[in-house]
Amino acid sequence: MNKLNFLRPNIENLNTYLYSGIFLISIAILDVALNSFFNTNITSFLPNFISFLLPLVLGTIGLHLIRIEFSGIKNLDLLNKNINTNTFNAILTLLIIFAIIKSIPPFLSWFIIDATISGDTKEACTGTGACWTYIKIWLNRFIYGMYPNELQWRINISFIALIALAFVGLLPSEKIKKFLTLYYVIIYPIIAFVLIYYLISGGAFGLEWVETGAWGGLSLTFIVSFFCLIFCFPVGMFLALGRRSDLPTVRYISVGFIEFWRGVPLITVLFMSSVMFPMFLPEDFFMDKLVRVIIAISLFEAAYVAEVIRGGLQALPRGQYDAAKSLGMGYWKMHIFVILPQALKLVIPGIANTFLALVKDTPLIFVVGLLEIVGMLNLAKTNPKWLGYAMEGYVFAAIIFWIICYAMSKYSYNLEIKYKTDR
Amino acid sequence: MTDSIIKIESMNKWFGDFQVLKDINLEVEKNKKIVVCGPSGSGKSTLIRCINRLEEHQKGTIIVDGTELTENTKNIEAIRAEVGMVFQQFNLFPHLSILDNCTLAPIWVKKMPKKNAEELAMKQLEQVQIADQAQKFPGQLSGGQQQRCAIARALCMEPKIMLFDEPTSALDPEMIKEVLDAMVNLAKAGMTMIVVTHEMGFAKEVADEVIFMDEGMIVEKAETKEFFANPKSDRTKLFLSQIL
Repeated sequence: MNKLNFLRPNIENLNTYLYSGIFLISIAILDVALNSFFNTNITSFLPNFISFLLPLVLGTIGLHLIRIEFSGIKNLDLLNKNINTNTFNAILTLLIIFAIIKSIPPFLSWFIIDATISGDTKEACTGTGACWTYIKIWLNRFIYGMYPNELQWRINISFIALIALAFVGLLPSEKIKKFLTLYYVIIYPIIAFVLIYYLISGGAFGLEWVETGAWGGLSLTFIVSFFCLIFCFPVGMFLALGRRSDLPTVRYISVGFIEFWRGVPLITVLFMSSVMFPMFLPEDFFMDKLVRVIIAISLFEAAYVAEVIRGGLQALPRGQYDAAKSLGMGYWKMHIFVILPQALKLVIPGIANTFLALVKDTPLIFVVGLLEIVGMLNLAKTNPKWLGYAMEGYVFAAIIFWIICYAMSKYSYNLEIKYKTDR
Repeated sequence: MTDSIIKIESMNKWFGDFQVLKDINLEVEKNKKIVVCGPSGSGKSTLIRCINRLEEHQKGTIIVDGTELTENTKNIEAIRAEVGMVFQQFNLFPHLSILDNCTLAPIWVKKMPKKNAEELAMKQLEQVQIADQAQKFPGQLSGGQQQRCAIARALCMEPKIMLFDEPTSALDPEMIKEVLDAMVNLAKAGMTMIVVTHEMGFAKEVADEVIFMDEGMIVEKAETKEFFANPKSDRTKLFLSQIL
């Protein structure tokens, strides 16, 4: 009887159970940690099989001992409720903790401890870890592509200016607030285009002309993503409205357009934009490769944006249309003031999804010979002096993309909260 | 009848093969209050939705304030600006504050300066006694308050006619009274009103005429006292015996 009671933790002997439980869990974690970090096995005196399973068994018993309901200790209750509800969950919890502990050392040693960042050549990388020297040496190319080194200040200045101009919306002045939508939808893109056209491309005001083929790296990723995002949104919005239009011509054109672009892979679209498209143009008409690519991606993504927005339009109750109409609003007023603000709010997550996909699709422009960051990586890894460091490059690119995408995702989430008025 | 503001002549409407309205003839004089009642599915709502062309009729004519309702979009929008409508489900714009709900149409449809529109909106909100809620959003208001806001929103367009489509059917019993009070006040101010409702108390108090509809037809149309005291058709008698 006594023995059974010992196995059934109760609140009367809270401290006894708590301390013995914590002791067992600590031993389990310590065993795994020592094993993982220092490669020593404190249970080596036991048979292999038992020694291997011991931490799990001890941990499970420990978690069982601290599983006391309504203990009155806030953190313990929280722990029990979330990761220690029953034996099965306790085992899963332990396995996850062990997996994390096990994976930290190799990760750390590759990333930091055994990694090299000094030196200027491949020969500096003698360790078994990552060769960050490679990233360091190539960083300039990864950011600016083949853009001439002495002209890179032009890219820096235009990007800083664009970022600064993007924050105009935060100015507190009431006078400006009225024109914010106009500013962001029309004026800002025009400024951006002018800046990039004259400053980065050059060819006027005594600035040396740099052909778009030389652009590349992260700056090109930003340029392509930025213009594609800006163009595909309004186009997608009109397509969505067009698809729901009462006018058959408009409707069929929209449906046809959307279904065409959704039905072809982006890579073929890009290929056609660079190879086939010029054949249909008059001979003296010249359109830059980069412009063609931006148009192609924008139209492609617009079809997806259109369907996302259409979902939002369909989610609105018919009463909203009735109410707007009954107040004498015409089609455009109804959509601008009543329907679209609500529909767009509903589809922020979907739009963010599409935009993230767009940013991550930009590496595909390598098919037309434009090398943004991933393209530059692929170029660098085939450089005879730097063979064999593809891993570092891709990890670097993954981190950069993750930062960009996480920022966008966070921003979209903030927008959702900002426009939440109905609940 | 020179001063009839709404004139409907042999109007018919179908939803697909199903005929919802059969040969409707109706004239409404200025400043009259008409109550439309009848069982559900009898076409009452469709009838008043035809008056501001939220539904299209297929046969017959509807003339509102001297303008015939046709495909002409300009005419339709002009008429809708003169005909206010209150819905069963309120249909406030949830992304706008109560005040913005009221000023949106005056500013953008009637091109009223923002300041005037806000003054007018506050006056109308005062009338329905929710001026203190002006900065809130519809989702934060009770059903009765939302419906009164909807009435104020319609009145901000300074309409000549007000249509009510079962304005109290989606409300708790407690809130029905506050909405009906607002409607009674409006009636006393001399507004031309067509009200679809099951509130017979309201009909007795306010209406000049009561229309009873069944199966898409106007079965009986009579002065209010006459309608309740002395219904002519058997169908009306049955309906009244069940509802009163």
